[in-house]
Amino acid sequence: MEALIALSIGVLTGCGVYLALRARTFPVVLGLTLLSYAVNLFLFATGRLAIGQPPVIGGGSYTDPLPQALVLTAIVIGFAMTAFVIMLALRARAELGNDHVDGEHS
Amino acid sequence: MSDHPAHLVILPVLAPFVAAVLLLALRDLPMAARRWIATLSVLVQIAIAVALLMTVAGGEILVYRLGDWPAPWGIVLVADRLAAWLMLTTTLLALFAVIYAGDGTDRQGRHFHVLFQMQLFGIAMAFLTGDLFNLFVAFEILLIASYGLLLHGGGPARVRGGLHYVILNLIGSTLFLFAAGLIYASLGTLNMADIARQAATVAPENLGLARAGGLLLFAVFALKAALLPLFLWLPGAYANTTAPVAALFAIMTKVGAYALLRADTLLFGPDSGALAGLYEAWRLPLALATLAAGMIGALAAPNLARMAAWLVIASVGLLLTAFSADTAGIAAGLYYLPHSTFAAALLFLLAEAFKRRRPVSADFFRSERDMPRHALWGGLFFFAAVAATGLPPLSGFLAKFMILRAASDAPAIIWVAILLAALVGTVALARAGSALFFSTRTVESLPPGAPALLVDQHPGEAADPPTGPRELTAILGLVGLILALTLAAGPAANFADTIALQLSAPELYIHAVLGGSEE
Repeated sequence: MEALIALSIGVLTGCGVYLALRARTFPVVLGLTLLSYAVNLFLFATGRLAIGQPPVIGGGSYTDPLPQALVLTAIVIGFAMTAFVIMLALRARAELGNDHVDGEHS
Repeated sequence: MSDHPAHLVILPVLAPFVAAVLLLALRDLPMAARRWIATLSVLVQIAIAVALLMTVAGGEILVYRLGDWPAPWGIVLVADRLAAWLMLTTTLLALFAVIYAGDGTDRQGRHFHVLFQMQLFGIAMAFLTGDLFNLFVAFEILLIASYGLLLHGGGPARVRGGLHYVILNLIGSTLFLFAAGLIYASLGTLNMADIARQAATVAPENLGLARAGGLLLFAVFALKAALLPLFLWLPGAYANTTAPVAALFAIMTKVGAYALLRADTLLFGPDSGALAGLYEAWRLPLALATLAAGMIGALAAPNLARMAAWLVIASVGLLLTAFSADTAGIAAGLYYLPHSTFAAALLFLLAEAFKRRRPVSADFFRSERDMPRHALWGGLFFFAAVAATGLPPLSGFLAKFMILRAASDAPAIIWVAILLAALVGTVALARAGSALFFSTRTVESLPPGAPALLVDQHPGEAADPPTGPRELTAILGLVGLILALTLAAGPAANFADTIALQLSAPELYIHAVLGGSEE
């Protein structure tokens, strides 16, 4: 399972970085989204991977609850930021007349 | 514990938040009333910051446990001398920025004052938090408020600069999360004092992860501070936004510098075992290169606002150069920090004032007819230029002198870089001043075939634009702050010394947060 998770994070990050480096705003927004998915998975894995364990301390083994709280916060913030950057990209499209990140290319 | 009010530490965070909620709820009030609420809120924050500074001046480190959870598990707010000093700088700057915004800027879009207070909320939380993940949340709050403020008023140039700023900072936030995750995975904690303690005993198999996390953090903070390879977003964003926002943003790069200093002295401080001095190899070379790049950019800037933005970058370079030296260097840097913040804000406000008085060329370095009351504005510009370049007799010179003295036994390259940067800065600002004030001409002398942009729409005597007393109040207020910092240089520098002393003993901070609870 470790290999699968690591591979997923790696692929998501790679695609995210590639898309974030594109010249048009829509792929960049998609890239940012993929990066935030990757970091959410990564944060989740920082508490070590365990299957079928309760996230509660007390009596036997448990899975670390803190990363789950962190992921929850990161998801909320990431969602808000994505919504904002989409609106900003639309605004830039309207103001600059094209969807190039530098607002130059037609 | 002592005689200070129990909730004093959280007040600087709560006050702007309450004001922001209040302003949002009362958005149908007349603008004048909303301006008064915003100004009053900043005045209250200044009073709180002063109270906090007086309380911690004796060396006590106040810890506020949110929800009363004990330290390594709950989130704590920590007020030491450094945090209180930066809070006072921020709130004083915010007062004059909000006064200036009352001069019409806040009418150009909606919810200016709400976003402004949220911005202060995020900055206060960033300075006071003692938890790495909470620092991420604070960064997000101040960033989302800054996105709104940066785009306030709209327009293509603003949107273009803002888009770069937003996308880069979103990538920065993602990196921050990766860094926090790596640190949690390797050290098992996110409390900053606990990170410092765990770092001393990190298991060898986790050392690589911890180092990677620490250096990723460096990259994130360097992006916020606009350190060399990561500063390209700054000129476009700062130069195109409204003047009071740019003035307030003069403190934003200092938030990054603060985070670097905190990480350097606490997380990876001298007691952190294998992780001690993690940033040493990167800090000084990048700081000097940033100083050089900022000054070269200032020399090439076509207008005053852009030049001020490049000078912000240069000041970050100088600040981090000072932080790279020993305790005396940190003290000098902490005296330089408020000075450079006020000087940069003053330049941004003056650039806007000139734009209003030069209808054709705005603040571009092109000849234009004389602006009204040129003696006053020329004098103010001269003052700002002397302050920004660090020439005697103002506080910038004193700060630079202290930095040079602290670096006296460091490699000579520091002296050379700082003195050369001062020379280049002087040349750049002298060029700006002569273009803005001496290169005046009448409308008739326009060369034939001049671009349409240069044709004056309103020939005749230039009238003073219809601006209220707020514009001059804000500008003279910043001038007064720089003068006060110069006149009170002795006490201020002594206090900066005590801050640096406290930072050089991270065990005090760790003990205050974690107590004697050895695990």
